[in-house]
Amino acid sequence: MSEAAKEALGEKKKEEKKVRPVILESGIEVKPVYGPEDLKDFDYGRDLGTPGEFPFTRGIHPLMYRSRPYTMRQYAGFGTPNETNERFKYLISQGQNALNVAFSLHSQMGIDSDDPLAEGEIGRVGMAVDTLKDFEEAFEGIPIDKISTSLTINGSAAIMIAMYIAIAEKRGVKLEDVRGNAQNDILKEYIGRGTWIFPMEPSMRLIADTIEFCTRKAPKYYPVSVCGYHIRESGANPVQEIAYAYCIARAYIRSVMERGLHPDEFVGRFSFNFDIHGNLFEQVGKFRAARRLWARLMKEEFGCQNPDSMQMKMIAGGGGGGLTIEEPENNIVRGAYYGLISALSGTQTMALCSYDEAYTIPSKKAARISLRTMQMLVEEMGLADTVDPLAGSYYIEWLGNEFEKRIKEEMKKVDLQGGMVKLVADGTIQREVSLQAYNIEKKLQSGEIVKVGMNKYRQEGPQEELAVEFHEYDPAVAREKIEGLRKVKASRDNDAVKAALDRLRIAATGKENLMPFIMEAVKTYATVGEMTNVMKEVFGTFKEPVKL
Amino acid sequence: MSDKKIRVLIAKPGLDGHDVGAKVVAHALRDAGMEVIYTGLHQTVEQILNTAIQEDVDVIGLSILSGTHMPIAEKLMAGLQREKAQDILVIIGGNIPKKDHERLKAMGIAGIFPTSTRFEAMTGFIKDRVKVQ
Repeated sequence: MSEAAKEALGEKKKEEKKVRPVILESGIEVKPVYGPEDLKDFDYGRDLGTPGEFPFTRGIHPLMYRSRPYTMRQYAGFGTPNETNERFKYLISQGQNALNVAFSLHSQMGIDSDDPLAEGEIGRVGMAVDTLKDFEEAFEGIPIDKISTSLTINGSAAIMIAMYIAIAEKRGVKLEDVRGNAQNDILKEYIGRGTWIFPMEPSMRLIADTIEFCTRKAPKYYPVSVCGYHIRESGANPVQEIAYAYCIARAYIRSVMERGLHPDEFVGRFSFNFDIHGNLFEQVGKFRAARRLWARLMKEEFGCQNPDSMQMKMIAGGGGGGLTIEEPENNIVRGAYYGLISALSGTQTMALCSYDEAYTIPSKKAARISLRTMQMLVEEMGLADTVDPLAGSYYIEWLGNEFEKRIKEEMKKVDLQGGMVKLVADGTIQREVSLQAYNIEKKLQSGEIVKVGMNKYRQEGPQEELAVEFHEYDPAVAREKIEGLRKVKASRDNDAVKAALDRLRIAATGKENLMPFIMEAVKTYATVGEMTNVMKEVFGTFKEPVKL
Repeated sequence: MSDKKIRVLIAKPGLDGHDVGAKVVAHALRDAGMEVIYTGLHQTVEQILNTAIQEDVDVIGLSILSGTHMPIAEKLMAGLQREKAQDILVIIGGNIPKKDHERLKAMGIAGIFPTSTRFEAMTGFIKDRVKVQ
């Protein structure tokens, strides 16, 4: 380099130092300008690869959205299964091609509608499910062989998966052809979201049971969707979001390997659920790095050879933590950007948070706007035209490298402290993320992190509240649901129910896979609560390690 | 005013698992010099009452984001009356729409702090009210 060039570079560096510093939430410091010097060792084949090929940085399919746009799957469900069925049909009539089922909180906790603990909850945040009859009603008239369905369920996932499989079978779909997926990620429930039921060990067993069962009997079903999403919503930064999710995925993989399965037999049916809010480029860098790292982990650490196991499949688009209760219409704009980020990041499935979600479960109008946003990106804005359009950007590729390095470091930290299962059992991870949530809140209150309309450019005086169509809790719905349950209990073969529950109890005390026993009980119209209680008798319940 | 620290029970009633707000507020109150007791998720109203009385708290802070605040507040206030513990200040935070504020206040809920309330509004309120008593 000539003296003049050196001097010029020195001047440039000085100039750069004068501008305001930018440090991403992930702790990565961003320079004002990036160039070839930031990608000195860049190797296309090693770092990116052709789309659809290892390490899948550019996407898991060769033609990505050009051959098949992302699936659009808004989260829906409330009230009775009949009401949910109507909303499902509405969303399908508007062009949505997949379903994402929200369950009532008590159903998520394995509690029946007629239990006093369910009081005030029935149908409030999702549909209330007590028996197989509810699944039959919710999916009445919906072509489940064409529409793939995702069940957002965790603590009681084994039961709900069994119910879904049972109605598919009743409709003549062969077990080996049943498609769909369940969230079924219990470790993240202990970290955030909180719908845990059993202690960790039996919970991990149920996860392994469902994965093993699906692998052997229903191989097209995706039995687990590992959620960095809720961990990030609970306070984790984007690096930790991926690192913790991958540590959780590794824990599940190892628990299934103990059943004698090789990862190549089942990891291809894992999917991930990630969060989008905050800095646009940071998120894109995160996802592209995450895809590459997953491929490398599966190949190098688990000896996978099946490309399917190395392809990180994800649902992304939502980011409730980024939305504001102030000037809620601004959330429509935020949702659109989150959708853009998700499309630029090569997601398989997209779901956006609706603009009224800080107030109520999404109204019909809000759900439609989210769906239209996803459709616009594909059909108006050209997001489906070419694969991974940001590839080769100095900044994006540099960010990806930084992310991969930091995610690996964070995973190593978890390993060195004893691994994910231990750190969740003793509350260490929960404490870490809640402390971070506190720090973020302090930065929001001080204005260090800007949320437009909330802590900057805020309207003076009382905030106008959104004229939302509130989803009101309706005691009549609860009465109807409880009455329906009473009728099912009166008309079913109660001896068969008792026998099936007894067999489930005995199996739970042993080591057998519980899925066949749950399937059997489900088919006798045993209730979610009855099955859960039988397992609680054997397993006990989780005691939360509360650390502030 | 005595040197005794203000004792606050932060409680998550019902099945709602969104505990970020509860934990964040617990940290903020502690940093403001209060003694904070947080009992974790899925507490019944009875458990909350028992803890509040056993721990001799000055304040109960309920955190509810699932929309079930009305029936829970009603039950808790009735329980406090039954236990003759009406001197405990009850405040509520979370996803609490404006349309419910009047009814909550009529029940005896002293303060309502919806999502995105500033810490000092909360800590100031508690310090003022507990001092008066």
